[in-house]
Order: sequence, then structure tokens, then C-alpha cells
Amino acid sequence: MAEIKKASGVIDWLDQRLAVKTLAKVLMTEYWIPKNINFLWAMGVVLVVLFKILIISGIFLLMYYKPDINLAFDSVNYTIMQEVEYGWLWRHVHGVAASVIFLVIYIHMFTGIYYGSYKKGREMIWLTGMALFGIFSAEAFSGYMLPWGQMSYWAAQVITNLFGGIPLIGPELVIWIRGDFLVADATLTRFFMLHVLLLPLAIILLVAVHFYSLRIPHVNNQEAEEFDFDKEAKKYLEGRTKESKVVPFWPVFLSKDFFVVGVALTGFFYLVCYHYNFAMDPINFEPANNMKTPAHIYPEWYFLWSYEVLRGFFFDVAGIAAMDIGLAAFGFANVIFMLLPFLDRDTNHVAPAHKRPLFKYWFWLLVVDMIVLTVYGKLPPTGPNAWVGFFAALSFIVLFVALPIITKMEAKSGGER
Amino acid sequence: MREFKILAVVVFFTALIYWGVEPFAHSQMHPHVAPADFAFKDLGANTKAGDPKVGAETFLSAGCTGCHGVAVANMPSPMDAAAASGSFGVVPPDLSTAGLIYDKNYLAALIKEPTKALKVQHKFNEEKPHPMIAFYGIGGDIDQEIADIVAYLQSIAPQKLGDKEVFADACQRCHDMKYDKVFSATDKTALKAYMGTLPPDLSIMIRAKSKEYLETFINDPQKNLAGTSMPRVGLNQKAQEQVVSYMEKVGDRKKAERDDLGYKLIAFMAIFTLLAYLWKVKIWKNVH
Repeated sequence: MAEIKKASGVIDWLDQRLAVKTLAKVLMTEYWIPKNINFLWAMGVVLVVLFKILIISGIFLLMYYKPDINLAFDSVNYTIMQEVEYGWLWRHVHGVAASVIFLVIYIHMFTGIYYGSYKKGREMIWLTGMALFGIFSAEAFSGYMLPWGQMSYWAAQVITNLFGGIPLIGPELVIWIRGDFLVADATLTRFFMLHVLLLPLAIILLVAVHFYSLRIPHVNNQEAEEFDFDKEAKKYLEGRTKESKVVPFWPVFLSKDFFVVGVALTGFFYLVCYHYNFAMDPINFEPANNMKTPAHIYPEWYFLWSYEVLRGFFFDVAGIAAMDIGLAAFGFANVIFMLLPFLDRDTNHVAPAHKRPLFKYWFWLLVVDMIVLTVYGKLPPTGPNAWVGFFAALSFIVLFVALPIITKMEAKSGGER
Repeated sequence: MREFKILAVVVFFTALIYWGVEPFAHSQMHPHVAPADFAFKDLGANTKAGDPKVGAETFLSAGCTGCHGVAVANMPSPMDAAAASGSFGVVPPDLSTAGLIYDKNYLAALIKEPTKALKVQHKFNEEKPHPMIAFYGIGGDIDQEIADIVAYLQSIAPQKLGDKEVFADACQRCHDMKYDKVFSATDKTALKAYMGTLPPDLSIMIRAKSKEYLETFINDPQKNLAGTSMPRVGLNQKAQEQVVSYMEKVGDRKKAERDDLGYKLIAFMAIFTLLAYLWKVKIWKNVH
């Protein structure tokens, strides 16, 4: 047992029992981050802040929300939005943050792709990150159901129905997920549980693993330069801070992040108070009605690209039903990003996209294709729209099939060019 | 410089996605319709000058009071709400305020040919007549008689009404506003059978449909929602604005608070950002 002496102060008292000084060093003052980074490296901290905002606003909403199909709509739209002091603020904050967090997730994710931060030792960062993306999607979907508006109900109807396409167990699986033959009260209560307990818990755990997975391979930098972190850290600690290639997480890295968070939240509160319809779809302010199908059913903007991959295959091919092809493509779209570190065959070489002769085209084509999918995912799938959707969905698959080939070619031609 | 270039790229793609899924997608899903027409030009104009005194007598001879009450003229409704719901499907309106809230030309056209003015010809025909019977005249010039009735209704109407009262007379025969504890007098079962579906509660319809949509929709429901059983009610511009203003008061009660708080939150974050920037510059001076 450690030798406990009379403490010289609160910090010392804690340090003798919890080693808080060492802990602060490990987590903050001697956690080294490369200096050569830009504001895109602040997206992780922006995500943490947005997630905290979601948890806090969610706790306030939870005090008045009633998970019951007869009470849910009014508990949100009357009790919270009108009766409770500043209840509307918490709801707007929660709704807007849920939408904006996906924008930041996509920026974070494409930053990782662009700078090659998913391979050569950083695979676990990528895998835990993509797992987080998956759970965040489930969290968003389950949360969207809770106000029990028109789109809550019909999105639940359409999305749970998708599982029916899984061979053999499909129809039974749909009933198991819904807890009823239809989307009904049992569906709402179980998605409520997922939204407020199981999924947030899983997210918090995974965030911890995601952070931990950064420790060994370290954070990447703008040039994907590899250097000895211990040597650079030593330089910094010796006072040669300008010369060192690293900075400590606290206060240097975070001081920049706070500024970026400030800019992001300034815009965020503008959206919360004056421009929220993109995140709080007006149609969901009509109560759920299973007798009245909305003219247009579409998911929130962040699911549109994968939804369009599903819808894109709209005609039967060689006796295989369009629906089945779409489902297979949808499944492909939802796992393929996870496999990115293993599809990139230029395994020994990390470089930002603009220094990779083929990958740079691949990257921008992917960005453009996903934007086309996103926009056409919302439009009615009729006439030329259906064909644009088809070719964009096909391109998405082709891009990922081509990735191992073009990265292999890059690896063969060797190194930086 | 590099950071600004990167920022420009991020902002460009974000703006592109936003434009695509919001303004562009909505323009494709909800095609633009012609602005509200408060002159009801499709109905033509009754150019006759009406005489309210003559109109009072014509009104009685025309049989209007068989179904309608006129409270301001001490003419109560001939039936109570339950009996009226059973007979007509919906409680016929009391006509005390009709001269104030409905357009003059519209009223004249309505009296002459109800289904045309209401735009419910797709629902009612000779086999299934509309509960309001067309006025066929009492022997003289029918257009003059109608002009007189309209002049009479205008003469008895109050000078002005509150927003909630306009809503009560114009909308509440079918629609509830439960967040303001306002409920239709019509029996729900009868109403559902009459309309084909229960007309929606309008408590937060302002959030669901937006002011712009309601502007053209209330003026002519068929324009935005072809085939709907909601009739064109013929409100004049002022009355319609009052209805929308009431819907906003009930459905978006915290709008003023939200607009006011927004500035403060943004200002707070702007100050935070400025301080964070100064701190960042101070800290990074030692490492760059």
C-alpha cells in the first residue's frame, strides 16, 4: 500500500489517493498532438460538445416526455413546447444538435479519408469511429420516432419494413423489432428505451474506446508525416516548444478547439432560434395518422444517400426483384465504409489525398456521388430522377469495387509523386 | 491561408447539400401555386348595388333562417348543435358576422350556387346534394335580390372582430384548436361521415404548414391539395390574416421569446469566440 502522508492541500490529498497529477499528465498536459494540423482536427472536440448538448437537453426533455402513443405528441408539442418554461429551447436545441452532429460526423469522417487517417496502425480508430456512426444512426432514428408525428410514424413503418427483405427470417424479424404486427405503442416504448438508455450507453462506451484507440498510433497530421513522438515531446518539455513538432492536448490543442467550438456554436444558436425547419421537419408537427400516408416519405437528410442507394435499383434484373437488389446495395452501403482500411491496398504509405495520383480523384468522385445521392434521395423517384438515382447508386458501388484496384496501382508505382 | 481554403471547401459542400435537400427539394415536391386571389375572380362579380332594407325582407322570404341563425338580429338557430349535426353533417353557421369576414362577391356567388363557390363539385351533385340549397330567387331579378341579401348581411355585421372570433365563425364548425381549449360544436361522428375524414386539429398547424402555405391554402384549398373535402370558405384578406394570426398565437406561442432569446445566445457565443480566439493566439505564440 502507498505511504499516505499528511496532505499539503486538496490536490495533494487527492493525488496521494487517486494519482490525479499523473492522470492529468497522461490525459491532458502530456498527451501529445501534432502541431501541423488545421481546423478539421477540431471536429472531434466539436462532436464531444454537441454530444454533451444532446445529453443535457435530452435529460430536460425526458422530464416531461411521455412514451405512449396517446400522450407522446401532446407531451412534446404542448407540454414541452408551450407549457414548460424554455421547454421549446431544449427541444429546438436537441432537434438541431441531432441534425448538425451528423454534418460534423461527415466532415470528421471525410477528413479521416482525405488524410489517410484510417490505415497503417490507425485501423481501430476508423473501426470504432464507424461503429459510432452506426449507433448514432440508430440513436437518431429511434429519437425521431418519439414525438409520434406523421414522419415519426411513417419513417418507422418504412424502415422497420426493410428488415422484412432479409431471407428466411425477414417477416418474423419485423414483428420482433416492432413488438407488434404494426408500428404501435410497443414499438414506441421499445425505441424510447433504446433512445434514452441502451444506445447512449453504448455511445459513451464506444467514445471512450475511440479516444483510447488514438493513444498508440497517435493523431495524424496534415502531411501524414511520421515522426518519433517521444523525441518531439522531449523537445517540448525541454522548452524548445517552437522547434518541437508536437503540442500538449491541454492547453495548446484545446485552446484552438475552443475557438472552433465557439464559431460552431454561434452558428448553432442561430439555427436553433431562427432556422430550424431543416432539422425539425414541419410535417412531423402533424400527429401520426396510420390512415393518411404523407405525399412524400423521406428520411432525415443524413440518411438520404444510403436511402437513395436502396431506391436506386428500381427495376428487376435477370429475375431478381428490384427490392432485393436495392436491399443488397443498401446493406453494402452500410458496411462498406467500415472496410475502408482493408480496401485501401496501398497499406505501407500514408499521404493526404492531394499527394496520391489516383486516390485524389476517387475521393472527390465519392464526395460528389454522395451529394448527388443525398439530393436525389429526397426528390420524388420519378422520370429522370429515378435514372439519376440509379446511376449514382451504381457509381457508389463501382467506386468501392475500384478502390482496391487503384490503391494497388498506387502502391506498385511506389511512394510519393 | 490554407485554413481559409479548407473552410471554403467545407462551406461550399455544406451549402450545396443544404440547397439540394431544402429549397430545391421542396420546390420539386411542392410546386409553386398562384398567389391567393381575394377577389375570387373565377366567380365573376355581381355588379348590382344592394339595398340592406330590401335585403332584410328578401333574406326572410328566401328561407335562409330555416337553417341559419342570426344572433345579432335576434334570430336563434332553428336547431341545437346535435340536431343540426345529424341533419346536415356540420352545424350551419350563424350569419351575424358573415358580412364582415366573407368577401362580398364570394357571398353573392355562394348564395346563387353553393358548390361552385365552395369548390366542392367533386363531392356533391344532384344525387348527393350539398346541404346548402341554392337560392333560385323570389320572383324578381335574382342578381338584385342576392345583392340586397349581401347588403343586409353587411349592414348587420359588427365593425370588427377579434382574431379568435373570426376563427370561431370561419373555421370552428369543423376544426378544433385544442391547445386553446377551443372545440367544434359539430358532433364528431356526423362530421367524419360528412367530410369523409375528421378535419384535423389546428393547434400547431402553423408549424406544420407555414404561413406562406396557409395563405394560398385557406384562400383556395383545391389549389394546394386537389380533391380535398375542405371547401373554399371565401374569407376576405383581412379575415384570413386574422385567422392565420390566431393560429400563430396558439401554435407558435413562444415565437416572441424565441426571436428575442436568439440574439442573446448568439451574442454570448460571439463574445466567447472572441475571447477564445485571443486566448488561442496567446497560447500559440509560444509554440509557433
